[in-house]
Amino acid sequence: MKIAVCIKRAADMETRFKIAADGRSIDEAGVKFDIADFDGFAVEAALQLKEKDGTGEVTVISLGKDAVQETLRKALSMGADKAVHLKTDAVPADALAIARVLAAELEGGGYDLMLFGRMAIDAANQSVGPMAAELLGVPCVSAASQLGVAGGRGTARRELEGAAEVLEFPLPAVVTIDEGIARPRLPSLKGIMAAKKKPLEVKPVQVGESRVTVIKMELPPERTGGRIIGEGPDAVPELVRLLQTEAKVL
Amino acid sequence: MTDFYGIDSALSEEERAVRDSVHRFVDERVLPIIGDCYVEGRFPRDLVPELASLGVFGANLPEEYGCAGLNNVSYGLIMQELERGDSGVRSFASVQGALVMYPIFAFGSDEQKRTYLPKMASGEIIGCFGLTEPDYGSNPAGMITMARQQSDGSWVLNGAKMWITNGSTAHVAVVWAKTNGDKDERSIRGFVVPTNTPGFTARDQKGKLSLRASDTSELVMQDVHVAGDAILPKSAGLKSPLMCLTQARYGIAWGSVGAAMACFEEAASYACNRVMFGKPIGAFQLQQARLAEMLTEIVKGQLLTLHLGRLKDAGTMTPQQVSLAKRNNVSMATDVAREARRLLGANGILAEYASMRHMANLESVYTYEGTHDVHTLVLGQAITGLNAFQ
Repeated sequence: MKIAVCIKRAADMETRFKIAADGRSIDEAGVKFDIADFDGFAVEAALQLKEKDGTGEVTVISLGKDAVQETLRKALSMGADKAVHLKTDAVPADALAIARVLAAELEGGGYDLMLFGRMAIDAANQSVGPMAAELLGVPCVSAASQLGVAGGRGTARRELEGAAEVLEFPLPAVVTIDEGIARPRLPSLKGIMAAKKKPLEVKPVQVGESRVTVIKMELPPERTGGRIIGEGPDAVPELVRLLQTEAKVL
Repeated sequence: MTDFYGIDSALSEEERAVRDSVHRFVDERVLPIIGDCYVEGRFPRDLVPELASLGVFGANLPEEYGCAGLNNVSYGLIMQELERGDSGVRSFASVQGALVMYPIFAFGSDEQKRTYLPKMASGEIIGCFGLTEPDYGSNPAGMITMARQQSDGSWVLNGAKMWITNGSTAHVAVVWAKTNGDKDERSIRGFVVPTNTPGFTARDQKGKLSLRASDTSELVMQDVHVAGDAILPKSAGLKSPLMCLTQARYGIAWGSVGAAMACFEEAASYACNRVMFGKPIGAFQLQQARLAEMLTEIVKGQLLTLHLGRLKDAGTMTPQQVSLAKRNNVSMATDVAREARRLLGANGILAEYASMRHMANLESVYTYEGTHDVHTLVLGQAITGLNAFQ
């Protein structure tokens, strides 16, 4: 079974962000980058499918500048077999433009499964995976919390509000992965050494015109401290009054 | 993670990846349990298979023996991260890798290397290192443990070893003994002794107020009979165990920085959150001075270990340089841990916080693998050419 996993290099969400001087992006100085959270779950899902199957090959693919090679090597150190760096200096905000580049790489790769994270943890568009499926003309299951393959068909479970559904679909297919699947494994030290010897192919790509542009990025307003208005039951009327008139939440 | 000087930029991608993996392991697997282990006086043995599959044992030894084949900076970063968790956990890895796997690798026969190293890397075999004796700590040359070769080539060992990390847990002990009645230190040889050999006993040393999450034992050998091939063929004199100690001390120089970083981060976070007199205690000059001093000393220690690691990777590191780093960094860490404990006020005495555990642990680290004072004299001799030991 051949599995491709499209991964994005994204800022570690525990970082304290600053907006860059252009007002439209984050200041990358001192920011730690890693495989975007849901994409890490997708890599883990692919590795588990391969291990269960006993055979197969996991290819990780990432679009971006040279720095994404570090992210690809992290996936190789987790156990992926090979990596493709789709090299470009600027990744646009337009999900369709990104999906076109990834679909062009996936097409003809002979992949049975093409996995994506449910969404990139930074941009949170949830679009690239389904758009790539559309461009490739293959079935798409989004936000799978479980994934299985048997007899050339896939099964996936999706967690819905108050229920879950189980789907079946023919391969090849695109599946976007939710966090329920399994925690991404830690790269072992031997895995880190082995990753250096695995193939990482660099392919310069042209990203098409972006019709969506980020014009402004801002941090959420600073949270102000709480206020103690009194103690015990005596304080309740005043608290209710303030919640109604000042906070306007009641 | 404390990196005030952007030292990350001086690390390779691989070195950072190694550090990050062990860092996350310590966050997820060590920190949640280590306070309880310490209070209960119990080594977290369940961690051994996990540490093995992560690949930390003998991580700087070659891949052909099932090890990770990392450089020495990566190895140092592993020690730093493990001791950020607990000195006892780092001690386990130091003994397994630097004091048992290393001598088998450096002084062992091909068969000994093939027999032991892969199973020690995978954690199936746990080792301990027997050099120190009840009456011979800083002066190992005086040891009285004796090995006598029999007419059939086999060996019989008699003696006692003390303060042996992993002693009761180990399957195999690397024991250092004088040979055939010769009391000169040049007769010292290493022996690989299975701990289930008749006459070999290990007793847990009770009543420790430090390294409580670590197994520390006394070994007694009474007519312990081992085969002729139990000797480490390339071991020769006291310098062989001292070479092992240089490896372990190298790791301690890094590890102690990790313990200091843990204490500093705990103290810095506490100072920003603990409110007294209407503002966080971090807003008071006395606490700021404390934190500034701690951070400064940590950065110096970080730079020291990184350069020491580069020297080791270049093959030019001297034992005296290791003495300087072990001496400075462990002493620095004991100070940082104590100041962190004090900054935490009454909460600082609780096992819920890490600083006092580190503070108590580091007293052992200050004393073992060459006491602070012995390293002072090693440096004194390096500076003056005059030996203060004699």
